Amino acid sequence: MIMKLAMAGLLATTVMAAVPAQAETLRLLTWGSYAPDELVKKFEAKYPDITVEVTFSNNEEMIAKLRATGGSGFDLAQPSHDRIFAVQQEYGIYKPLDLSKINTDVMQANLLDGVKANTTIDGEVYAVPHQWGTSGLMANKSLAPNISAWGDLCDPQYKGKTSMRLRRTILLGMAFDMGEDPFAAYADLAKYQEILDKVADKLIGCKDNLKAYWKGGDDLSAMMMSGEIVASETWDSTAYKLYGENKDIVFVPPKTGALAWIDTFAIPAKGEADDAAYKWINFVLEPENVTIMSASTGSMASVKGAMDLLPEDKKEAVNAAFSDEAMANLKFFANIPAGVEDMEGKTLEKIKAATGAE
Amino acid sequence: MKQNDIKRLSLYLLFAPFALWITLLIVLPHLGMLYISLREKVAPRVYEFGFANYINFFNEPIYWNTLLRTGSMSLLVTVLALLLGFPIAYYIAKIAGHRTRGALFLMCLIPLWVSDLIRAFGWILLLRETGVISSGLQWAGLINAPIEFLYNDATVIVGLVYTVILFMIVPLVSTLDGMDDSMIEAGYNLGGNGPTVLRRIIIPYAMPGIVSGCIVVFMLTAGSYLTPILLGGKNSSWFTEQIYDQFITRYNWESGAAFGFVLLAFTSLVIWIGLKLSGQTLNSTVARS
Amino acid sequence: MQSTTENDLECIEVKKHFGSVRAVDDVSFDIPKGSFFSILGPSGCGKTTLMRMIAGFEQPSSGDIRIKGRSVIGTPPNKRNVKMVFQHLALFPMMNVYENIAYGLRCAGATRDVIRTKVHDVLARISLPDVANREISQLSGGQKQRIAIARCMVLDPDVLLLDEPLGALDLKLREAMKIELKLLQHQFDTTFVYITHDQSEALVMSDNVAIMDKGKFVQIGTPQELYHNPAAAFVAGFVGDTNRWAGRVTRVENGAVEVETEAGLFMRGSVRGAGAPSIGDLVNAFVRPEFIRAEKSGAAAQKIDAGHNVIEGKIDSILFNGANSRVLVRDRAGELIEADVVLTGGTEDLKPKDDVTLSWRAEQTMSFLA
Repeated sequence: MIMKLAMAGLLATTVMAAVPAQAETLRLLTWGSYAPDELVKKFEAKYPDITVEVTFSNNEEMIAKLRATGGSGFDLAQPSHDRIFAVQQEYGIYKPLDLSKINTDVMQANLLDGVKANTTIDGEVYAVPHQWGTSGLMANKSLAPNISAWGDLCDPQYKGKTSMRLRRTILLGMAFDMGEDPFAAYADLAKYQEILDKVADKLIGCKDNLKAYWKGGDDLSAMMMSGEIVASETWDSTAYKLYGENKDIVFVPPKTGALAWIDTFAIPAKGEADDAAYKWINFVLEPENVTIMSASTGSMASVKGAMDLLPEDKKEAVNAAFSDEAMANLKFFANIPAGVEDMEGKTLEKIKAATGAE
Repeated sequence: MKQNDIKRLSLYLLFAPFALWITLLIVLPHLGMLYISLREKVAPRVYEFGFANYINFFNEPIYWNTLLRTGSMSLLVTVLALLLGFPIAYYIAKIAGHRTRGALFLMCLIPLWVSDLIRAFGWILLLRETGVISSGLQWAGLINAPIEFLYNDATVIVGLVYTVILFMIVPLVSTLDGMDDSMIEAGYNLGGNGPTVLRRIIIPYAMPGIVSGCIVVFMLTAGSYLTPILLGGKNSSWFTEQIYDQFITRYNWESGAAFGFVLLAFTSLVIWIGLKLSGQTLNSTVARS
Repeated sequence: MQSTTENDLECIEVKKHFGSVRAVDDVSFDIPKGSFFSILGPSGCGKTTLMRMIAGFEQPSSGDIRIKGRSVIGTPPNKRNVKMVFQHLALFPMMNVYENIAYGLRCAGATRDVIRTKVHDVLARISLPDVANREISQLSGGQKQRIAIARCMVLDPDVLLLDEPLGALDLKLREAMKIELKLLQHQFDTTFVYITHDQSEALVMSDNVAIMDKGKFVQIGTPQELYHNPAAAFVAGFVGDTNRWAGRVTRVENGAVEVETEAGLFMRGSVRGAGAPSIGDLVNAFVRPEFIRAEKSGAAAQKIDAGHNVIEGKIDSILFNGANSRVLVRDRAGELIEADVVLTGGTEDLKPKDDVTLSWRAEQTMSFLA
């Protein structure tokens, strides 16, 4: 009897507690550091009727998850700008954005326009920019002072002391390094295949020079910090973090230009909390929140004056890495046309399976 | 009659969760996968029925080479797990006292308390060039320069053996435990020496346990993902990695599903051959231990 | 004493200590060729340890074990020509009957033809010529028993050890196997050493029996000697059924004594075992039930000889068991006495509450100094 009463009481309180919340939940599908606790708490304090649920993921898994459900299960996703167009055409997993609900004035015009251009299908815009950053090189200046181009990772003087991630970034970087323009070749896939074959040969020949392929920020950091490698292909944010611990480790934009990506906001086709999603987008664009976000992601926000909004240590790291020319020489990832992922995947498999170049 | 109906009804009810589990979690997903694997992508959102994904697999040497590599390394892991696990199981079942037995079993279980990922990172910490073993050897003066133990096939095999050996030991202990000690003594008494007793008596007796242990270990190894990826070197591809790539980085679910079925067929084939060679049946092994 | 070569097995001052426990303590005996020798003792008396030492599974702490006159200390079990039938037989379940028997021959390196001839030969001798291709699980209990013996005998052992092999069988089969074992031993003409805690098995089958207690051999002798002339109170109590009383000597008179039991029953008896009792000594007195005559009081009192103990009592209960029926009689002092009786089913039979006169010859009361 007492049990029953207690149960009834419990039930009553949970029901009571649930009522004023109106059961609005914002289900966020985003990158590892893109929803810092501090910001989530702040958001929930500002909008007490919204609860934020965060799922951490990466580009490929975000797409796979949304594809598996046909675009339901999440209310806001953050894929990179070059991963939206073809995916949307093929699988239709996002819904068009209502730009009037987004505070686009604060965004840097060039980034906003770039993303809009990349993600407009049939006149509808599917994404707006959020964080952006670059992929390039990282070097320990005291041990490897001469790293300046993608190809330097294959320099025999650093034999066994360099690393890269065996993903499409290195394919593109190496193509630029060899004097090609892979993004231009997207229009002519036969030409692109030629470039990929050349890059593959180069990277297979380079295999012996590498210590290992890194798989995530953790093992890359460990290898770099311990001095097991002296240079690597990297995300800028990883390099900035290491710079905070060892001033010799810097991000080096390759002379052919660092590859720039923009992570965006996109709303899944069957998202159920669009209003909350817009609220979140506008919320993280507010200047003080940009600083909190950048401290967590290590990347820059695509808002005006983002450089000034960076936390001090990150600002220092960026200044150590980028000159004005380097900043002007950024190569933004171009939209990936259908079929390119398959071609690149095959090339990567070929490189992985090749048994070195002895 | 009525009594009978009630009996039958309760039988159905008892069976229902199992049937549901099998259909919802095993049969249906596999049918779905099979369906996807038989679709050919011809244009965005346009598919045709066909075997192209399977043909594609056999036309690309990288794919079936990786599968053969995965298979042969899994077999090697299975053999090593058996060679290492058998003495341990024999010790636990036949030599150790009751109290040490529990402790030993517990020690075998410890690796399972942490996740695959943590375990792999543990190995990485130990084996990396600046890791515990390399530094220890340098400190002891046994080597002059740091040695990289990580990122090669041997490390992958060590890591996998470590992970799966428990699944070899458990069925072995349970079959050996059922063996009367006097059976071994009789083997000696009738004139057999150590190797003879092992070969003619202990191993044949433990055969069901050996085979079921090998099946489990082989399946686990061939289907493992994190350990070979994290510990493996530049050239070490694992078939599950390729399935992952097909599904996730290349958005090619069709070919990923086909690869999944190829792996299933391949491991089933290996196990079938193993059962034939050892003269066991699935019933006599898995059911017994 | 026979010359050493005539003995199949000799143990000389064999000792086995596990820590401070003396499992086998200074045991010596020899077994002549072709005899059936039993070691009889309660569980835990050390007989299994002794057998395991003979087979080579344990090493004696000291002493020597000789087979056919040659010491086997240090010889591993597989090199000793001593074969063993295990308590649970230990037939190999993964081999069929043929393979079980052939196993030992294979180990010895016999050729295929020799193996085939020998296996079929031994199967014929144990009268199971057609079971060669059966699986072990398809055999009956008695058949398994015989296969286990055949598996050893095919190797022509000098000594066959049997470790309570009948323990797992049901009573009927056990009785039949006793006789069969004895016949098999005759047929193979090999020395059998049989371990048991069941005195009936030992008495029925053996040429000689050793009684073992607390690691020591108490007495070795033929079954009759042990039964009728036990050398110690333990043997008298352990071999055969018996009435047993603790008492005190009240009179001593050239080899005979008078004993008063704790309950106050007086009886005359013969002095057995070591030591000469004097008045006041504590003794144990044993009388076997079959030596006690029980008759209705008054009916036959006159026939009782002078040298007999005569006790009056009342029947407490009757334990009917066919030819082995027995009565429990309570005497006036309150002692309970068992006596064998013949119950024919007629009106003359003894019944509970009957007054009876018990009588037995004085020398049948075996008195041992406690």
